[in-house]
Amino acid sequence: MNLTLKVWRQQNTKADGKFETYQVKNISHEMSFLEMIDVLNEQLIVEGAEPVAFDHDCREGICGMCSMYIDGKPHGPWQANTTCQLHMRAFKDGDTITIEPWRANAFPVVKDLMVDRSAFDRIIQAGGYISVNTGNAVDGNSLPINKDKADAAFAAAMCIGCGACVAACKNSSAMLFLSAKVSHLALLPQGEPERKSRVMNMVAQMDKEGFGACTNTGACEATCPKEISLTNIARLNQEYLAASITSN
Amino acid sequence: MLNAKIPAGPLETKWNEYKGHCKLVNPANKRKLEVIVVGTGLAGASAAASLGEMGYKVKAFCFQDSPRRAHSIAAQGGINAAKNYQNDGDSVFRLFYDTIKGGDYRAREANVHRLAEVSTNIIDQCVAQGVPFAREYGGLLSNRSFGGTQVQRTFYAAGQTGQQLLIGAYQALERQVALGNVKMMARHEMLDVVMVEGKARGIIARNLVNGELERHFGHAVLLCTGGYGNVFYLSTNAMGSNVTAAWKAHRKGAAFANPCYTQIHPTCIPVSGDHQSKLTLMSESLRNDGRIWVPAKQGDTRKASDIPEEERDYYLERRYPAFGNLVPRDVASRAAKERCDAGYGVGTSKQAVYLDYAAAIERYGKIEVSKQGNDHASAEEIIALGKQVVKEKYGNLFDMYSKITGENPYEVPMRIYPAVHYTMGGLWVDYELQTSLPGVFALGEANFSDHGANRLGASALMQGLADGYFVIPYTLGNYLADEIYAKAISTDHPAFADAEKAVSDRINTLMNIKGKQSVESFHKRLGKIMWDKCGMARNEEGLKQAIAEVQALKAEFWSDVRIPGSINEMNPELDKANRVADFIELGELMCKDALNRNESCGGHFREEYQTPEGEALRDDANFMYVAAWEFAGESNWNLHKEALNYDVIKPSQRNYK
Repeated sequence: MNLTLKVWRQQNTKADGKFETYQVKNISHEMSFLEMIDVLNEQLIVEGAEPVAFDHDCREGICGMCSMYIDGKPHGPWQANTTCQLHMRAFKDGDTITIEPWRANAFPVVKDLMVDRSAFDRIIQAGGYISVNTGNAVDGNSLPINKDKADAAFAAAMCIGCGACVAACKNSSAMLFLSAKVSHLALLPQGEPERKSRVMNMVAQMDKEGFGACTNTGACEATCPKEISLTNIARLNQEYLAASITSN
Repeated sequence: MLNAKIPAGPLETKWNEYKGHCKLVNPANKRKLEVIVVGTGLAGASAAASLGEMGYKVKAFCFQDSPRRAHSIAAQGGINAAKNYQNDGDSVFRLFYDTIKGGDYRAREANVHRLAEVSTNIIDQCVAQGVPFAREYGGLLSNRSFGGTQVQRTFYAAGQTGQQLLIGAYQALERQVALGNVKMMARHEMLDVVMVEGKARGIIARNLVNGELERHFGHAVLLCTGGYGNVFYLSTNAMGSNVTAAWKAHRKGAAFANPCYTQIHPTCIPVSGDHQSKLTLMSESLRNDGRIWVPAKQGDTRKASDIPEEERDYYLERRYPAFGNLVPRDVASRAAKERCDAGYGVGTSKQAVYLDYAAAIERYGKIEVSKQGNDHASAEEIIALGKQVVKEKYGNLFDMYSKITGENPYEVPMRIYPAVHYTMGGLWVDYELQTSLPGVFALGEANFSDHGANRLGASALMQGLADGYFVIPYTLGNYLADEIYAKAISTDHPAFADAEKAVSDRINTLMNIKGKQSVESFHKRLGKIMWDKCGMARNEEGLKQAIAEVQALKAEFWSDVRIPGSINEMNPELDKANRVADFIELGELMCKDALNRNESCGGHFREEYQTPEGEALRDDANFMYVAAWEFAGESNWNLHKEALNYDVIKPSQRNYK
């Protein structure tokens, strides 16, 4: 099929950006979306132009690197999906596709479709871990964990840190990302000792990074490629409240 | 040249003896010692975190935008450990034995035994970090089977074990960043090692955001940069996975060991066309329950569901009744290729076999109805319940398959074909994980040491974390204890300036070629040569042709590559060109190593050397050695042989029948 692409081009963080329009031909339904962009880039290189810069690595939906709005939707039209796993079956001949980088104050554009998501790393640094040095561990089976709780912790820990939740939110809130980590660790007995300080410090860091507030519209959950549930945000609020009104 | 420094004494006491006697660095001195860690996958993140905890000053580098994205994250199936929680006869010795045998008797006994010993600590450490492993209803850890073993020793978190382990290591790393013990340099790529008076003292790295070259000092350099499977262009590796850091160390003097040992994974989604940019693995854990088959009749074009049971050939179960669908990866891959080459392949390309879940769905469904005490369940009820069980075990893998192929694997068998997945070869290291370049250490997939000629499933995660959490903290101390008098060297030192100039000159040369062909097109051509002639099956004539073709490709690359953009900015094409140039050189060495090794072993299959049944035929009398190649100028290498001594295990022909 033949397609028209409207792609956001921006030389670097400081430069102004704008949309450029490109045509790509003979795109197969079996291609992934990123393979279609590979075709565009090969074409641009041959023409002597600069290819489109975009983040991508594993191309199997788990590293969380790929990050773009496709026709206004983070990661494109499919449910529970990353850009790299979107396939061209989702489009038809003659379509015009608009491609943009994540838009959020806390995610400045690095180049074209690439953004800087280091704010997420700093939120983890604020407390998204269990303080256990190598060599301190007891036997893995010494502490049985209720299967439902272990499964719930796993469901939260599946977050790939792609930032689609922020991109989907009209307030650019990072609550789904943050709540996934707080839930993962709060649900496990190993996370108990730092439970209160963790949630307080991580929320403080999130605010400092310039993410917006949560108004419970649920756009994040609807967009999340790993289907991280909104109940994690409820749990985060509960953890935050409990930590705020009780002392250690 | 090569001294493996294996401690004396009985095998099972070597590591304890080593730990009891290696040199230590006192806390005050650790603060003065700087360590560079390149790569933040399981090996790199665990090493950087552990060394930071110990008090060293660590700088960690990754080319991705965050250390959490390293390709360890994509590992699906699980991690082995000799816990024997299942009471099925597992032990440290048995894990050691399975790994040596699985590696077709081409790995070092001492290293592998140490790996098996520390495997149990890894699980404990990860659980303490909050890694949500799968659990049974009693709250205890669950296990599953993997290829090449007859016990259940694989710990897992659905089909995302690598992700969960990496997030655990990443969190430990970020904690050290917050504490100021580790400085994290994301979007940086190492482009050379800096040597001062014969020892590694730092690296030159390119800041990928602004294109600037940076000088970083360290008393030691740890390369945790993964494998080189992307030399084949199409592999299950991430797009950015590359050999560049390891190759720079190699060119400075670190020997490269067994480069021809590459693992072709039997269960990947087949290639769909020329546009293909990477291949996707379907976890080996699927072979626990799935049955692999092809039509018994050549060129059968019927739909899978129209082919009756008696006209199907479950060729793994037929050829290897003892291990069946759970034979090791090299054996399963060759068997698939054999059937497809003989004309029994399925799908439009005929380069695929079926991985069928129908029997497993029915079996699980029957278990479920019997749990419910339902003696009159209909076939539909059984199937529906069975699908639920399969979904819980493998749901994410089935989803991935259906997104990529547009087919529903709960209804039709999956089509799979072997693909490049892992490289057992890598930088030669001694028992302490030090390369032959003093001060440069290699951890995880980047080294060669533990998997011989074929890696068993669920052992890569084990090795990466063993090296980073439990081996390097001791062995690096033994090296650094002698460096406490070495003051930090200023990055104005001439050695840094010279190394930076060499990197800068090479970048300028690349940019000034201004040819006509894209980097990607060269990479694709390299991949095709390597896959056709140095892939699943190799022969002397093909390898000789491949060497000539790779040399010609190298000359063409350096005269006709086109890299758009400029140097002092973000330029992904330039980054790729740096990597592909190194892959081309490595490709030549891989072919030379494959040509030198006149035997078949593990993932290295030379068509001239096979048994009448088509199994790999080793030549222990002449090839029971590690081939360590020393760089000696362009297209020129010296071979050093490290003899492999089997004191405990008696090598025999691997038998999975």
